[in-house]
Amino acid sequence: MSITRQPALLGTSGIIFLAVLFAASVLVPVLNLAVAPDSAVHVPTYVVSLLGKYLTYALLALSVDLIWGYVGILSLGQGAFFALGGYAMGMYLMRQIGTRGVYGDPVLPDFMVFLNWKELPWFWYGFDWFPFAALMVLLAPGILALVFGWFAFRSRVTGVYLSIITQAMTFALLLAFFRNDMGFGGNNGLTDFKDILGFNIQADGTRLTLFVLSALALGLGYVLCRFLVRSHFGKVLVAIRDAETRVRFTGYRAENYKLVAFVVSAMLAGIAGALYVPQVGIINPSEFSPANSIEIIVWVAVGGRGTLVGAALGAVLVNYAKTYFTSGMLAPYWLFMLGGLFVAVTLFLPKGIVGTYYDWREKRRRHDDIPAAPLAAPGPAE
Amino acid sequence: MTSRARLFPSLRVLCAALALLFAAALVGTFPGRAEAQDISGALGQFTSNKYDDTEAALGALALSGSPAAAGIVSALADGRLVFGGLPPRVFIEGEGGALLDPLTMQPVADAPPVKPVRVNNRVRRAIEAANGALSLVSPDAGKRREAALAVGRSRDEAALPALDAALAKESDPQVKSAMNLARASILIGKEGISPAERIAAVELVGAEGNQDALAILRGVPDSAAPEVKQAAAQAIEGIERNLAMWGMAQNVWYGLSLGSVLLLAAIGLAITFGVMGVINMAHGEMVMLGAYTTFVVQEVIRTSYPGLFDASLLIAIPLAFLFTGLIGVIIERTVIRFLYGRALETLLATWGISLILQQAIRTIFGPTNREVGAPSWMSGSFEIGHLSITSGRLWIIVFALLVFFALLATLRLTRIGLEMRAVTQNRRMAASMGIRTNWVDAMTFGLGSGIAGMAGVALSQIDNVSPNLGQSYIIDSFLVVVFGGVGNLWGTLVGAMTLGVANKLLEPYAGAVLGKIALLVIVILFIQKRPRGLFALKGRSIEA
Repeated sequence: MSITRQPALLGTSGIIFLAVLFAASVLVPVLNLAVAPDSAVHVPTYVVSLLGKYLTYALLALSVDLIWGYVGILSLGQGAFFALGGYAMGMYLMRQIGTRGVYGDPVLPDFMVFLNWKELPWFWYGFDWFPFAALMVLLAPGILALVFGWFAFRSRVTGVYLSIITQAMTFALLLAFFRNDMGFGGNNGLTDFKDILGFNIQADGTRLTLFVLSALALGLGYVLCRFLVRSHFGKVLVAIRDAETRVRFTGYRAENYKLVAFVVSAMLAGIAGALYVPQVGIINPSEFSPANSIEIIVWVAVGGRGTLVGAALGAVLVNYAKTYFTSGMLAPYWLFMLGGLFVAVTLFLPKGIVGTYYDWREKRRRHDDIPAAPLAAPGPAE
Repeated sequence: MTSRARLFPSLRVLCAALALLFAAALVGTFPGRAEAQDISGALGQFTSNKYDDTEAALGALALSGSPAAAGIVSALADGRLVFGGLPPRVFIEGEGGALLDPLTMQPVADAPPVKPVRVNNRVRRAIEAANGALSLVSPDAGKRREAALAVGRSRDEAALPALDAALAKESDPQVKSAMNLARASILIGKEGISPAERIAAVELVGAEGNQDALAILRGVPDSAAPEVKQAAAQAIEGIERNLAMWGMAQNVWYGLSLGSVLLLAAIGLAITFGVMGVINMAHGEMVMLGAYTTFVVQEVIRTSYPGLFDASLLIAIPLAFLFTGLIGVIIERTVIRFLYGRALETLLATWGISLILQQAIRTIFGPTNREVGAPSWMSGSFEIGHLSITSGRLWIIVFALLVFFALLATLRLTRIGLEMRAVTQNRRMAASMGIRTNWVDAMTFGLGSGIAGMAGVALSQIDNVSPNLGQSYIIDSFLVVVFGGVGNLWGTLVGAMTLGVANKLLEPYAGAVLGKIALLVIVILFIQKRPRGLFALKGRSIEA
């Protein structure tokens, strides 16, 4: 990205990315519905859900890339925002079960009946109404990020320190959600969903719709992030990433810029979580585990930090590999591979797949027409 | 007959208090005081084989103070007390049916045909009672003390005469004070004694200052004089304050114990993260490797040199240090050294390494917990005041402090320590002074890892040795280091102890999980206030 030439909103890789997304959201339903089940190109419904899950992960990775790649905030607690969005959706889905639960209580979810609770806790109010739940998907992570970020950025907690307290945050939430008294289903979380907006959550049609919605959310999320980082706002973010103190000296309120980016990123993660839960059918406290959040970082690192497309690509690739290896004979070796991947990427591919490709393209272009682009943008600093 | 008594052991326990009552009643009622040492009359009474007489005889025995009394009572309880001959005499049936003289326990030459002295429930209760009273005058001081404590707990007025009698004879100061306490406990609830006496009793009990005393003081009757009640209330308040203080002290002790665990876990990280700036996510796995080293050492000892078991930890400590230190050096040479200055990327790489190490251990040793035993000197406990202190925990605290000061000394006093500090402060300058910075880097990382390994030896004693062992410490360790102030070992010490004690002090109010959550939130807020930790290194750099 050069300063002099404003890049297009999408750019080549962005157009390719959206095209692939669009193609997938057309092709997958067609191959699922219109092609005979015994055909080689038929896409079974479970694969649709799996792909949908990857897409929500891609959106989550995108949200991490926005703050890590462009603002230099390495959040080890992004999984918390994802899980909060997921819990908001899960609470809506729990309320939709109605009398079909094991205990048949019209209001209380099964686990509350089991715990001998007499009435719905106040924070469950309103979750039977979809628009409210949808709002909460944005607000729950958003407000947490706002409060947390407001404190952290104002007192200039940066770098490693920030990473560690974000990790402490998600760990505290993990412990809290494990408690039965919290009223979020404790250890087991929320599950046994029946339907969403009146549609059976198991039905092929619902699954396809959710898949397409995930693709849509990813596409829109990408465009939003792209728009943000291209804007003046985004330029300041990159400047903060590379030299926060200098930005401050130039008169910008760096903490406010960081806060906005952090909150937007948390909301994107929340949306990802909300789309993830109905496709996977469960949300439990393990989503808060610090290890999960670190894994998200790896997706981004593999794909290429600060490239947006790379984050999404990394998420899909790593998770595809995970599904592939953990289901086969190689299952015991998956952690070796994942661990090895972490090490290899940081050592040999510090810019990730897409970042390395950009470098290569840049080099070739410069080779073709000297003197082409001005100074190449410096790589993301810590 | 006797088997029934054995069938109902709980009944006997239940009767213990009752028994003492009867003992006292017997001692008080029966006109046996005069012939204290002479139990021949009592023995004669057994021969009539009437329950009333047997009971009376038991009463006489109970206060006789005769050394033979206990044996006779227990023989009666076991159905081994027999009588026969003309005139009827009492014998104790020894092993193999031989008849013994109850006073001398010598076999009698001309054994007549005998039958056992009959026992019914009433007599059985009398036996218990006699046992209780006898133990108040037992030759064994420990037994006397126990009996006094039992009387004190039962708080039965009827036991007072027996207690008084025993007190008059008592010489052991410890037993005497137990008896006095028991007497005071009884007096507090007794009707018809003067307020002054009752207040004295209240004060005596109040001085004891434990839960039992508290219960006794709460038993002051409503009918007591107001000044007695006030004295009791004061004493209760005093005891409660005292107990609360001890409880607090106990919690502080637990906190120090937890703090030492945190210190052990974090101290290696204070080197790799605090001094070198490597976000070493594999630190927890180094601790885990240390714990598994202990396991392997113990396995070898168990199979080959069982006599060395008590020394297993001492053997494991240097081995764990060397082994994990070596692993640390390997990691530094192959991965970390390419990532200096890119702190956040070391996080990813070391996280990858931690996954690999975990999986490696899981593959070799299996995913389940491994049994690591405690040497004899690690088990057991003792009390200081109302504090109970387990030796294992004490050793861990000692060990943590030893490691801490050894590390401090290494950094301050040795050549390699000097070089380490030089390299971390100014790498280029150090290099130009002829320090082999690469080698120092490797050694520093190895040192941090080795210390983590030693921590693993200690933690194997209090935690499950499983591949996930390290995971549970990594977040806490980072918090401790960040809280204390990166790059400052003293900060790590203070941070660990503060967090440990704060955690344990929060626990009674909030419960274990909520306390932990509260602590995390507090640390997060604290870091907002002091982003560089408790003991920040002062510098002029704006970015630092």
